[in-house]
Amino acid sequence: MSLTQQDVARIAKLARIAVTEEEIEAVGQQLNTIFGLIEKMQAVNTDNVEPMAHPQDVALRLRADAVTETDQRERFLSIAPQTQAGLFLVPKVIE
Amino acid sequence: MINDTLKALSQQLADKAVSGEELATAYLDRIEALNPALNAFITLDRDKTLAEARAADARRARGEAGPLTGVPLAHKDIFCQQGWKTSCGSRMLDNFISPYDANVVERCKAAGMVTLGRTNMDEFAMGSSNENSWYGPVKNPWDPAAIPGGSSGGSAAAVAARMTPVATATDTGGSIRQPASHCGVTGLKPTYGVVSRYGMVAFASSLDQGGMLAQTAEDCALMLNVMAGFDRRDSTSVERPAEDYARDLQRPLAGLRVGLPREYFADGLSADVAQAVDAAIAELKKLGAQPVEIGLPNTELSIPSYYVIAPAEASSNLSRYDGVRYGHRAADYGDLIDMYEKTRAEGFGAEVKRRIMVGTYVLSHGYYDAYYIKAQKIRRLIANDFTAAFGLCDVILGPVAPTAAFNIGEKSSDPVEMYLSDIYTLSVNLAGLPGMSVPAGFSANGRPIGLQLIGNYFDEARLLNVAHQFQLATGWHRQAPKL
Repeated sequence: MSLTQQDVARIAKLARIAVTEEEIEAVGQQLNTIFGLIEKMQAVNTDNVEPMAHPQDVALRLRADAVTETDQRERFLSIAPQTQAGLFLVPKVIE
Repeated sequence: MINDTLKALSQQLADKAVSGEELATAYLDRIEALNPALNAFITLDRDKTLAEARAADARRARGEAGPLTGVPLAHKDIFCQQGWKTSCGSRMLDNFISPYDANVVERCKAAGMVTLGRTNMDEFAMGSSNENSWYGPVKNPWDPAAIPGGSSGGSAAAVAARMTPVATATDTGGSIRQPASHCGVTGLKPTYGVVSRYGMVAFASSLDQGGMLAQTAEDCALMLNVMAGFDRRDSTSVERPAEDYARDLQRPLAGLRVGLPREYFADGLSADVAQAVDAAIAELKKLGAQPVEIGLPNTELSIPSYYVIAPAEASSNLSRYDGVRYGHRAADYGDLIDMYEKTRAEGFGAEVKRRIMVGTYVLSHGYYDAYYIKAQKIRRLIANDFTAAFGLCDVILGPVAPTAAFNIGEKSSDPVEMYLSDIYTLSVNLAGLPGMSVPAGFSANGRPIGLQLIGNYFDEARLLNVAHQFQLATGWHRQAPKL
């Protein structure tokens, strides 16, 4: 399974990472060597094997539906790139 | 002083032979002298360190000191620490001053330990050589042409160079054990769930685990006592009765069954590593251990399995770096998507971008079953191999890496070549087991070689016992580079 340049461009778009025309080929080649490595998985029969998501079979803990966090808005806004009126500022999304 | 263990420093402080401030000053001076060449530390702040040291001394004067109050440490730059830059070795977080403390940092602070600085690492913990840092590579204190290992290269180098008696670190695919091996220090990755991941910047959430690097197994036990414990803010933190990880250090090894996986002693292992590990086995036999040959047949599959699961989880975890709430934001952009794409292209290094893209692909529509689910099934097979093996032995022993440290720049052009050298460490993270690396010798060109010990779930006390008894009988761990 080999990635085309279009595949690479599509993945970059999904990952929200800008990749230039010059970079696409080099990145594609590197990704293809990595996928060559990953293909080795296909040689193994895993019928009837349960996927393992987590080392311990633990259930997610629940907690009481009560407020425990305090308002730290100023503290968290102070490290943001751009803010206004207590909000994070980003380019307009809705026309 | 610089070769003093945590245990020794703790005693000196208790005896009032030295103050926390004197220790901090001495280590800071040594860091100032050595760090320009080694690049083990990203951030230092003498004023903050001395303030912590004075507070520790004041606490001792009030009669409120614990065993490690006033003892210095370094934190891998992956643990959020309030008021300190927490960069994860990345341009993406170069401007990030953390507003909160990780649980690991809180616990070290509560114990009264004194922060010497923040150590260098492969960016977002992705790497095995510490060549992937925005802040430049870390040099191996034993040989500046060599890598220190990664991703916790800065922490390992700092301990090896005696710039700190102990350093926190993390291990997702070997990032504590492999730098420990390459730098000639002792490292421990606990069972998954033992150390809280709250505030530990996430790479692969089902694999990441916090641990430490120190000069001895005994010191690792003392540090694990500080770091381990249930934390309700980490949904994967395991709730278990507290334990003293140093309680079994003195136990004799007579009758201990040591499993030797045949797959770890096959082709690909260099002669000097094989020799060092064989010598270690002979040493353990003298102490009463009984070697048992075991099989871990799915060992080789750990590489493709890990390099699907870890990038997949990374692609999800690193999607938070969008330039909106903290960290890097591109200076020029058009719309929101353009802002995301440029911010992430600028903020991330090449290896991080590669892994995010691999992860994005294997999780995407049409590929999820063939890759991600398949990898998780192989993960189950690997964990089952260990469960079967622990029916035949008490601990498993083997190499940490196929060779001693390679040269800086030697493998950085081919990512796959780098990945292949993780063969002995990845399975342990996939299964979630505890693992250690202890110094066991040197290669022909004078670079350290570590011995790996793998334990059953929550069997850290036994691992530390075996490592401690080995260290009582050998002197590898007491050797330090002449700096």
